Amino acid sequence: MSDLKKIIIDDQEVEVDGAMTILQAAEVVGIEIPRFCYHERLTIAGNCRMCLVEVVGGPPKPAASCAMQVRDLRPGPEGQPPVVKTKSPMVKKAREGVMEFLLLNHPLDCPICDQGGECDLQDQAMAYGVDFSRSREAKRSVEDLNLGPLVSTTMTRCISCTRCVRFTTEVAGMTLMGQTGRGEDAEITTYLNQTLESNLQGNIIDLCPVGALTSKPYAFSARPWELKKTETIDVMDALGSNIRVDTKGREVMRIVPVNHDGVNEEWISDKTRFIWDGLRRQRLDKPYVRKDSKLAPATWAEAFAAIASAVEGKKVAAIAGDLASTEAMFALKALTNGNVECRVDGAYLPVGDRGGYVGTATIEDIDNAQMIQLIGTNPRDEAPVLNARIRKAWLNGAQIGLVGEQADLTYEYAHIGNDRAALQMLADKDVGQAKDMNTVVIIGQGALTGKDGEAVLEAAKKLTENTNSKFMVLHTAAGRVGGMDVGFTTEGGMINALDKAEVIYNLGADELDIDAGPFVIYQGSHGDRGAHRADVILPAAAYTEESGIFVNTEGRPQLAQRAGFAPGDARENWAILRALSAELGKTLPYNSLNELRAAMFTEFPHLAAIDEVPVNEWKAAAPKPLGSGAFTNAVANFYQTNPIARASSVMAELSQMATSQKPMAAE
Amino acid sequence: MLRRLHIEQPESFAFTAANQAWAEAQLTKFPEGRQASGVIPLLWRAQEQEGWLSKPAIEFVADMLGMAYIRVLEVATFYFMFQLKPVGSVAHIQICGTTSCMIMGSDDLIAICKEVISENPHEISADGNFSWEEVECLGACTNAPMAQIGKDYYEDLNSSNFRDVLKAFADGNVPRPGPQNSRFAAEPLGGVTSLQDMTGEDVNGSVALAVTLGDTVKRIQGDEVPVRQAAKPTSQPVAAKPTPEADGQKPVMLEGPRDGGGDDLKKIKGVGPKLEADLNAKGVWHYDQIANWTAEEVVWADEHLVQFKGRVSRDDWVGQAKTLAAGDAT
Repeated sequence: MSDLKKIIIDDQEVEVDGAMTILQAAEVVGIEIPRFCYHERLTIAGNCRMCLVEVVGGPPKPAASCAMQVRDLRPGPEGQPPVVKTKSPMVKKAREGVMEFLLLNHPLDCPICDQGGECDLQDQAMAYGVDFSRSREAKRSVEDLNLGPLVSTTMTRCISCTRCVRFTTEVAGMTLMGQTGRGEDAEITTYLNQTLESNLQGNIIDLCPVGALTSKPYAFSARPWELKKTETIDVMDALGSNIRVDTKGREVMRIVPVNHDGVNEEWISDKTRFIWDGLRRQRLDKPYVRKDSKLAPATWAEAFAAIASAVEGKKVAAIAGDLASTEAMFALKALTNGNVECRVDGAYLPVGDRGGYVGTATIEDIDNAQMIQLIGTNPRDEAPVLNARIRKAWLNGAQIGLVGEQADLTYEYAHIGNDRAALQMLADKDVGQAKDMNTVVIIGQGALTGKDGEAVLEAAKKLTENTNSKFMVLHTAAGRVGGMDVGFTTEGGMINALDKAEVIYNLGADELDIDAGPFVIYQGSHGDRGAHRADVILPAAAYTEESGIFVNTEGRPQLAQRAGFAPGDARENWAILRALSAELGKTLPYNSLNELRAAMFTEFPHLAAIDEVPVNEWKAAAPKPLGSGAFTNAVANFYQTNPIARASSVMAELSQMATSQKPMAAE
Repeated sequence: MLRRLHIEQPESFAFTAANQAWAEAQLTKFPEGRQASGVIPLLWRAQEQEGWLSKPAIEFVADMLGMAYIRVLEVATFYFMFQLKPVGSVAHIQICGTTSCMIMGSDDLIAICKEVISENPHEISADGNFSWEEVECLGACTNAPMAQIGKDYYEDLNSSNFRDVLKAFADGNVPRPGPQNSRFAAEPLGGVTSLQDMTGEDVNGSVALAVTLGDTVKRIQGDEVPVRQAAKPTSQPVAAKPTPEADGQKPVMLEGPRDGGGDDLKKIKGVGPKLEADLNAKGVWHYDQIANWTAEEVVWADEHLVQFKGRVSRDDWVGQAKTLAAGDAT
């Protein structure tokens, strides 16, 4: 950084990049300037005027610090650094004035407002406002919008900061919101009151600094100060978004994002945010054993006894579903000591070759990419927050290419082809200058599930080598990379793993049908497809109810924490396996989760480095002849990808809306 | 004033051919990719054509500029000059009600509007001819009170001459714009006291211009005045698709070189190894083949070379090939 400028803020001298704004420079020295419209990840609007500061020697009026760059400040007469005051009488008066204007039309309905207790306007009115109002006029009224089933609106509370407009336009890539009219009649609205169609729209709830946009499913159900807040990891997609789960008693009341620059920035998808009602429905809360072809409630002892008699001398195979934690898979692998498999969707992921099943790119690499090649993936459905990142790269000038099904990805892309021939063409192409550019190849699970999955992967790797790119395998299941990391695989995939199996231990795999014949033990949280086929059901904790390590699609191990307890007799996954192992006379050598982790870390040390992305070794591509045919994407229905989502009524409504709206769009 | 789209909207909107040409010409004023800057002129022309801005008009302009509908709606609702409701078929009357005009009697003019046109602003009169509204200062304070009717100012109004103006419009005439009390412009009522030789329409002909053009309340079709700036080709011309006429005639090609191998086509100036390979692939191996190309076949060759289209005629390959075929060097 050559453009360093000195600036004195409230008597503290600091040297910052000239392109920084006064507001950012103040944050460097630890001075927080109040703001409503400014947001780090959105463009600067400068319309709330709350961040006014005094620039000494500048024009005799306060300046908006969010929009004034440090390099634009005039130095003193002898070249002294410019001086900015954030606590002077002028600033205090300006803030009081702005606050008074903002409150002119803001209703005094804090007691019935869901934002109460975490409202920027409330907090800043307390900190910077005055305790009276000179306004005797009637407040303006504004019609509420119908934004759909997720976001509830009370537009009289709106202070026109336009954060929601900027988010939907810039990040979500859906130019539908805007501010119409002017002056007193300015209102935030959508075009012709259309509802929002984006799977990132929930983020405008967090962005809204007041209570104009609040969560509809969460409406009037809790106050922020009565919630227990647990920071943990999301499992709805393989991105591993950092989230905070807010619980009241044992119920999850809401889920909000936590900032992590390397993963989800501070966005989460609507599935992540609104899934929580699925944690209350269709739960397995006691063990079941099939008697006379009917599942009957049982005790843990009865269930274990049934399992013990069933597995006696039988060939046991174990499969793990999309939401299984790394610990559970590690323990289950040790327990079965036979065929295990986590690649339940049949995708080809090379065992032991981390550069091949995770890749070499980090999520942050997308930011700097100049070219991104997508293969057989629709990131908007498979990882919406990652898609927002690709969109960000595109806004910064990156070129995007797609081989696979065409879809609205919220950015422009060159569609190279639908099928494997297009991939072959790319892999064989001499790319010339693109070699020196920052490029990323992203391959989706849809491309790897075919019979020629290995050939597709090798072709993608060849393209990666030819273009000198970084490689990313975009997974759809949160537990998949963890399962691959602990070797929860069998040579040859699902077919070999289940071959001649007489007993199948199903750890939460609901996305496949198990043939009639084998005795099935289902361990999971929801009564979904897997449980219907089971002969013994062991009720287990869902992802908010136990601690576990999940490795995300870039290979970053992250630790999920327990936010609440599982319902009824349901237990944590590892504990069930440990208890069962004792019953079967093959006691696993750990008595606590910590001991289990210690054992796992000895075997797989990279998992111990929580929140660090290990560098993966790259194995040279070994091209194989590709099959033919078009790629299909892995996610057909974004809102119904796992048992928790299928149990959620909010997701069901969204799913119905999405499918019913599609034909309309085609008209 | 809360400005929303009108409750009843027409089915569709399209510029007249002349207005479309005008609009496309306007867009060439902006750098490539910045066409959205033309939103206000285009909306304004749409309003001039129809009298008001309908939802189809807003969407038409948005589509033309590649903008999201909401962005154009924002602009249309922001500026009061854009009428979002239908206006009178003859004229929309805008009475200035700001200080100078108010002191000089704009209230009387508004009272006349209420009496003659409609009780409320933005309502169309019973005969459908007129509508009115009160607007902020129009900057003609020395000629207060005044009204803007269509494109022109009618100034120095009072209760009687304003009625005359309205009557004239109702009768299908366009009264002479400008001061209605015998003043020519903003000079003192008693006559010009200085710059006395600088009077008359020769030196200030805006009224004259308005009279001659006569577009005061006309719905603009675009053909009133010739478009001064024609649409120029965009900075990066898109490679024109060869039309069948321009495609030329494909020459007779060979499957491979005749006995003794092909000629060294690289000797033709302008042909490198890459072009030679391309020519060979197309079935051109010998000088005499090129030398015998007709004009139409040259057109075809110009179009169908992988790179460097147009090179065949530019470098006179036929002439060169004739020389080479005869055994001479180029």
